[in-house]
Amino acid sequence: MTDQKPFVDIRNAQKSYGSLEVLKDISLQVQRGQIVAIIGPSGSGKSTLLRAINDLDPLTGGEVWLEDMQINRKLPHRQYEAHINQVRQDIGMVFQHFNLFPHLSVRGNITLAPRLLKHLSEAEANALAEEQLEKVGMLDRIDYFPSRLSGGQKQRVAIARALAMKPKVMLFDEATSALDPELVDEVNQVMKKLAEEHMTMIIVTHEMGFAESVCDRVLFMDQGVVVEEGPPEVIFRDPQNERTRNFLRKHLEGSNR
Amino acid sequence: MGLDFTVVPKFMDVILLGALWTIAITIAAATLSFFGGIMFAVIALYAPLPVRLPFRFFAWLFMGTPLLLQLFLIYFGLVQIGIDLPAFVAGVIGLGLHFAVYNSELIQASILAVDKGQTEAARTLGLSRMQALRKVVIPQAVRDVVPPIGNNMIALLKDSALVSVIGVSELTLSAQLAIGRTYRPFEFYVVAAVFYYIINLCMEAGLRRIERRTQASR
Ligand SMILES: Nc1ncnc2c1ncn2[C@@H]1O[C@H](COP(=O)(O)OP(=O)(O)OP(=O)(O)O)[C@@H](O)[C@H]1O
Ligand SMILES: [Mg+2]
Repeated sequence: MTDQKPFVDIRNAQKSYGSLEVLKDISLQVQRGQIVAIIGPSGSGKSTLLRAINDLDPLTGGEVWLEDMQINRKLPHRQYEAHINQVRQDIGMVFQHFNLFPHLSVRGNITLAPRLLKHLSEAEANALAEEQLEKVGMLDRIDYFPSRLSGGQKQRVAIARALAMKPKVMLFDEATSALDPELVDEVNQVMKKLAEEHMTMIIVTHEMGFAESVCDRVLFMDQGVVVEEGPPEVIFRDPQNERTRNFLRKHLEGSNR
Repeated sequence: MGLDFTVVPKFMDVILLGALWTIAITIAAATLSFFGGIMFAVIALYAPLPVRLPFRFFAWLFMGTPLLLQLFLIYFGLVQIGIDLPAFVAGVIGLGLHFAVYNSELIQASILAVDKGQTEAARTLGLSRMQALRKVVIPQAVRDVVPPIGNNMIALLKDSALVSVIGVSELTLSAQLAIGRTYRPFEFYVVAAVFYYIINLCMEAGLRRIERRTQASR
């Protein structure tokens, strides 16, 4: 596995806002089908790293590669826009606050991008929407508007929307953090299912239990650097670094309260 | 000389025709002001500076000067540079652009108020900046701004009386025509007012329907 060429390859990522260094030379290789969790305290740069992958927050230094293509390559503005729009079709992203389109039905949310960008016919797009909604268990809500869905249902639709573009990799930025506790599991189940289908996933999460049960590898980030990384059983059971231990201890106390 | 409404029926065809012209000019100008308003809002927010600056001047011109003057300028003034518009067209353009500028102000604020996450979600799926604006941001911005735009459209209906001065025989001018023949200003101005009121009620009913429809998606 390790001698394989990485599927997602982040090389020496750096990001500053003015004099604030948010990412300090971070590298991360993810193999095809691998599931990587990123954990760390608030403000450590987890979202920034994730959002650098699809260039929502462009890096100030370093490279991001997907397979044989550099995502953040230097191109003239117009060409870059065309290039990045193309690349983003291959990278699904799920947000903490769902960001469903409130003016469109569930069906409309899912079919918008495939119809616009892949020029699917209405029938093809509908079939695609039904297929993806079936997968996340939301087919019976296909004609609902987002405002009438619970948080967990919204997030499952958001996942279906991302999957409808047939992405090569899925990014999750605290997909369950905004949910009421009793709604977390339904979203976790969907993510587990994706894991079983060998979707390549990078997951920013505060849920250590979920990370431990699903992920192949865990990164602990603090203040813009990767402090420690390894298999979940090592990071969660036997962390080598003092900062990792502190973070996990505090987190455990917090979640037991 | 007391009031005598018995003269009214004889001129009802003139008044009705005038009402139809008022409806036509209102619909045409309202449509122009709506789509023009969206276009102006996008220009004001996103166009490059060399486009935006002259545009700001143009917007100021329409907001800072009387509509009456603008109508005169479009109808009588443009002839001098070879643009000879029919009165109806000049009226629609004047009213439409004037209210487009007001609508644009509303839509701009509303576009900026759409959650940034909406654009991010759209761009993440691969939509271009323009596609995200057209398919995700603007529909939401417009939906949020239906009630105040509706108020502008009712103001537009009332201001449509101004195009009588460039000779469009809409409701007000038709009433004046009847008055010229009968010397019964009170009667015919009241009749015209009643017609404005009826058109106004119909518009408000239509707006409420649109509002209800757009509320469904909240
Ligand atoms: N647009 C911005 N301008 C300036 N600073 C920013 C901006 N976005 C993020 N930051 C800063 O970058 C740092 C990392 O932010 P980031 O959102 O990546 O953290 P995070 O690890 O995702 O935190 P959380 O767990 O709270 O989501 C923070 O200190 C944040 O204040
Ligand atoms: Mg974050």
